[in-house]
Amino acid sequence: MRVVVAGAGMAGLRSAEAIRKAGFDGEITVVGAEPHMPYNRPPLSKDAIGASFDQAQLPFRIGKAAAGVSWRLGTPAVAADLAARTVTLADGAVLEWAGLVAATGTRSRRLSLPGPLAGRHAIRTLDDMDALRKDLNLARRIVVIGAGFIGCEVAAAARAGGMEVTVVEPEPLPMRRPLGDELAAALLRRHEAHGVRFRLGAAPIVFEGDGRVRAVTLTDGTTLDADLVIESVGSIPNTEWLDGNGLDLAAGVACDERLHVLAAGGTGRGDIVAAGDAARFPHPLLPGEPRRIEHWAVAADTGRHAGAALARHLSGGDPAAGPAFTAVPAFWSDQHGLRIQSFGVTGSGGASVLEGDLDGDVAVGYERDSRLVGVTLVGLGGRYAHYRAQITDTISALAPASSACA
Amino acid sequence: MRITVDLKKCNDHGQCVFSAPAVFSLDEDGKLSFRREAADTYASGDLDESLRDDVEEAADACPLQAILVEG
Repeated sequence: MRVVVAGAGMAGLRSAEAIRKAGFDGEITVVGAEPHMPYNRPPLSKDAIGASFDQAQLPFRIGKAAAGVSWRLGTPAVAADLAARTVTLADGAVLEWAGLVAATGTRSRRLSLPGPLAGRHAIRTLDDMDALRKDLNLARRIVVIGAGFIGCEVAAAARAGGMEVTVVEPEPLPMRRPLGDELAAALLRRHEAHGVRFRLGAAPIVFEGDGRVRAVTLTDGTTLDADLVIESVGSIPNTEWLDGNGLDLAAGVACDERLHVLAAGGTGRGDIVAAGDAARFPHPLLPGEPRRIEHWAVAADTGRHAGAALARHLSGGDPAAGPAFTAVPAFWSDQHGLRIQSFGVTGSGGASVLEGDLDGDVAVGYERDSRLVGVTLVGLGGRYAHYRAQITDTISALAPASSACA
Repeated sequence: MRITVDLKKCNDHGQCVFSAPAVFSLDEDGKLSFRREAADTYASGDLDESLRDDVEEAADACPLQAILVEG
């Protein structure tokens, strides 16, 4: 009996380990698009522009739990027949499976604008970093497109490296949606105090330059000189390989609350699970439609959960009896020496200062229906456990009764 | 089973505390408490086998991948 894990990132690795730990002794084959073994991505945006970056530290340790796993790297899954239980790889190989993990992650969205391509970069993969670091030596002026967390981390790192940095963002504030207006405005002030310039409410329309980017023209008609452009404008889930099977693949692979992939008709398939950035799932903290949560910690947590769910099915267990996925979503960001930690679901609904003040160390809470559903801490790591316990309480209160013990 | 924690890598994210609270803790400043016992590398004594799942989850959950589980 074989399990195919499509996707050789952290979610794929953690799911393979979980399947093995649950006692599955058949074959596990992990297939990946990148030629690299699974590696840790956060340092790419947080450290890679700095001098301290050490690429040798990135690969995950492959422990006993993943011993005997077969790795087919550089040959992504390009098609799947879920009725026949096969996956086709880019090199033409067809793999049969009894269980399938969809952990193919996301790719960077890129801007489709006139002008040269050279000098424009995204930051998601090791190969992105290799290309970026070759261009960095020449760069004094960097334009970052997109003021989400990745864009802001890169801007802070580049500024710390002595470069001139301008961030272009159509929204009126950086990191506005995940943090809310007030905290976003406070962090904008901190970035500006460190010399990062912002062009808010503007978007790029043309890249200028002869063969290589030299400037970016914006919607307001102004032009920014640039030796290097970094595009951090969102991600696209890699789900095309699942097309043609009647799945709901709008904005990710739709799953049930146990991370079993929803078949046509809307019931979870025991033999297929999804994990990581490409998985779209319900969560007690999220009202309404299932959503992707593209946090580092969620990729690991969903990987473990999905692997265990698949192993339960393969050993004859009832998939519907398994626990729901209710882990606390959490992420962090490092900008200008500030530690920003968020957990739960932030940015939505009413935001209020729980302690501290917005221009110093602060805890901001986010409420929905009078319940605390998310918290962001700036410089208050010592309060993490205190507030996280409150989010855990909210999850317990909102979780369906059948999964309250999960 | 033993653990070592590379305290030069560790960035006090505290994720290990939630995975394995019987082994890891933060002090009131939010720093990993092992920092009081070692400067560069903390090495535990022998840990009970019943803690293995929690400790392995902590090692997975560490953003800096600073925890090594041995044995």
